[in-house]
Amino acid sequence: MTAPGTRERMAELPAAERKKHFREVPLGYSPEEAGREAARCLQCPKAPCRQGCPVEIDIPGFIRRIREGDDAGGIALIRETNSLPAVCGRVCPQEEQCEKFCVLGKKGEPVAVGALERYLADREEAPRRTADGGSFSSSFRVAVVGSGPAGLTAAGDLARLGYGVTVFEALHAPGGVMGYGIPAFRLPREILDREIERLKNRGVRLELNTVIGAGSSLDDLFRAGFSAVFIGSGAGLPRFMNIPGENLNGVYSANEYLTRVNLMGAARFPETGTPVLRGHDVGVVGGGNVAMDSARTALRLGAERVSVIYRRSREELPARRDEIGHAEEEGVRFLFLTLPTRYLGDERGRVREVECLRMELGEPDSSGRRRPIPIPGSEFVLPCDLAVVAVGNDPNPLVPRLTPGLETGPRGTITIDPETGKTSLPGVFAGGDIASGAATVIEAMGAGKRAARAIDDFLRARR
Amino acid sequence: MNRIVGKLPLADGVTLFRIEAPEIARRRRAGQFVILRLDAEGERIPLTLVDSDPEAGSITLVVQAVGATTKRLAALREGEEIRDLAGPLGHPTPVRELGTVAVVAGGVGAAEALPVIKAWRGAGNRVPAIVGARSADLLILTEELRTAADELHLCTEDGSLGKRGLVTDLLRTMINDGAVPDLAYAIGPVPMMKAVADLTRPYGIPTLASLNPIMVDGTGMCGCCRVTVGGTVKFACVDGPDFDAHQVDFGELRQRQGAYREEEREAETAEREEDR
Repeated sequence: MTAPGTRERMAELPAAERKKHFREVPLGYSPEEAGREAARCLQCPKAPCRQGCPVEIDIPGFIRRIREGDDAGGIALIRETNSLPAVCGRVCPQEEQCEKFCVLGKKGEPVAVGALERYLADREEAPRRTADGGSFSSSFRVAVVGSGPAGLTAAGDLARLGYGVTVFEALHAPGGVMGYGIPAFRLPREILDREIERLKNRGVRLELNTVIGAGSSLDDLFRAGFSAVFIGSGAGLPRFMNIPGENLNGVYSANEYLTRVNLMGAARFPETGTPVLRGHDVGVVGGGNVAMDSARTALRLGAERVSVIYRRSREELPARRDEIGHAEEEGVRFLFLTLPTRYLGDERGRVREVECLRMELGEPDSSGRRRPIPIPGSEFVLPCDLAVVAVGNDPNPLVPRLTPGLETGPRGTITIDPETGKTSLPGVFAGGDIASGAATVIEAMGAGKRAARAIDDFLRARR
Repeated sequence: MNRIVGKLPLADGVTLFRIEAPEIARRRRAGQFVILRLDAEGERIPLTLVDSDPEAGSITLVVQAVGATTKRLAALREGEEIRDLAGPLGHPTPVRELGTVAVVAGGVGAAEALPVIKAWRGAGNRVPAIVGARSADLLILTEELRTAADELHLCTEDGSLGKRGLVTDLLRTMINDGAVPDLAYAIGPVPMMKAVADLTRPYGIPTLASLNPIMVDGTGMCGCCRVTVGGTVKFACVDGPDFDAHQVDFGELRQRQGAYREEEREAETAEREEDR
């Protein structure tokens, strides 16, 4: 029995077992657990939780349907505004969004909105491939560049509004960062594929292996008959620290490391064609969710010791508490107030050690967090035969580079009106990490949703 | 899916493929490359575009069977399909009118040099080509190279065809004879490109090299293809593949190309056992 003020715990695979494979760690609610958790919701008339949801889900509405035993009605309600509930239920930082505004959170734990969303999405009937794939009430066609969270959300909303939508994806598989970045133990590929299948059934067309911004341009899309374009090409350009030894073999960007494992199946090499280097002593540089994903992936690939190296302290870790907890349970070690200064390699060019400096916290910086300051003379060396650099991404340069007149910001982000996603070019909208810099899946989805609405307005005005 | 519409063995382990890819055929420019993947479990590998026929909707790739994927690709027959093909990727070679541009190629780079030779000539340059291989049977596409270039200089390490020696010997002779090119363009194995850069540096001959690091996505997303150029890290896929050869850290490039040597051996052993 759950104490009042305490949420229903979701069962998880035990840490000792889950380190051996890539199966999903949290197991989801049973109908009974979901029912008990849904019963905690106060059904506030003003529903403060909703202001925290970038994709505008009717949260009390779907929770009420769970209480009424109407799971089908609950998921249908979510799908009216959210095309990727099985994803959101797993990877959204609900504690920063809907759950942050839950009235129950003032005295106890907020309603587990994310877990309930996942419950409904997981109970939903598997999509069946429909033959024709939707009908379009509008003669306008919209092109979406990138099949990540922003692009798929825009595509789903536009298809629902009756537009013919084609999503262009550079890689051989759709999903963007949800496919190459987020590991299967947080978001199984089949779950993502099911969501994408549903979008296809709604009439969304997917063109894989198509790199807009390399060879073909936005003009080509307009010439091909598209009336509007949404760019959601993501933050696909990993940052490095520009320290000596960073190009040694065995030093990966998190994007590359995770792509090899998640997208290319490198854990099963040589059964698959793509290898990934293994390490005994793995250093993961950074403190966000991507760093946690990388560290937990390294453990699953057989590392003996995995250390997250972070230049600030535990309080400043940007990763979700749950993910930090998962990493710690599995045995990931944290080196706080530590800054890598160079990598040292062997005669064959493989990384063997990382030299670090200890830091202390000074005055708050522009981010409001206390600035880490190196302690002179505090250098020390750690064994490290594999390093993963997870210090963020810059926007992918391809589309802006090949699109004259498209205004960009100092870091290469596409400049938009945040309310509408409008860019400096007529009929061209953008959103997600390509416009905001690296952020979360759900923020990208919110941007895709706002842009879809603005594209609808734009096309209505042209009718 | 992209169908193989033509296959031609050029030398031992070197095969020319014509592959259906109408969009790429229409858009590709000299110096660009594609990324391909043979099947659902396959790796993504970059290959330089050698030619295209926009009317027939096909592109030409020349493949040297060196790794697991290229060996499997080489074994594919006409009519079979390649699962994934993306491109054209990378910046086109920045051709402009300079005067004389010497294109220096080694190994399978001879094929990859073809579009570049045509492009530099098309921009109004005189283009002598210097092409080398270990032996005569490994020299490929010599007729096409002869037609494309203003003059073709061939060499082999064993002297079985053309001059005995390396491409850099021929380039040195050319320079010493007073025919100093306004630009040298190197394409081929890393040690060859490095040797060209080392040769032209003291003469102050601007030199470009078409770099060939390992890649995964080929669109800037992963950083696998990072190279150091003039002390700065660049991604060959989106910043290149052509770079100022005098600024390139070729030693690092060579090292990074060998990052998976042990894994490649493992894959080949696995493949052999499967064949048994």
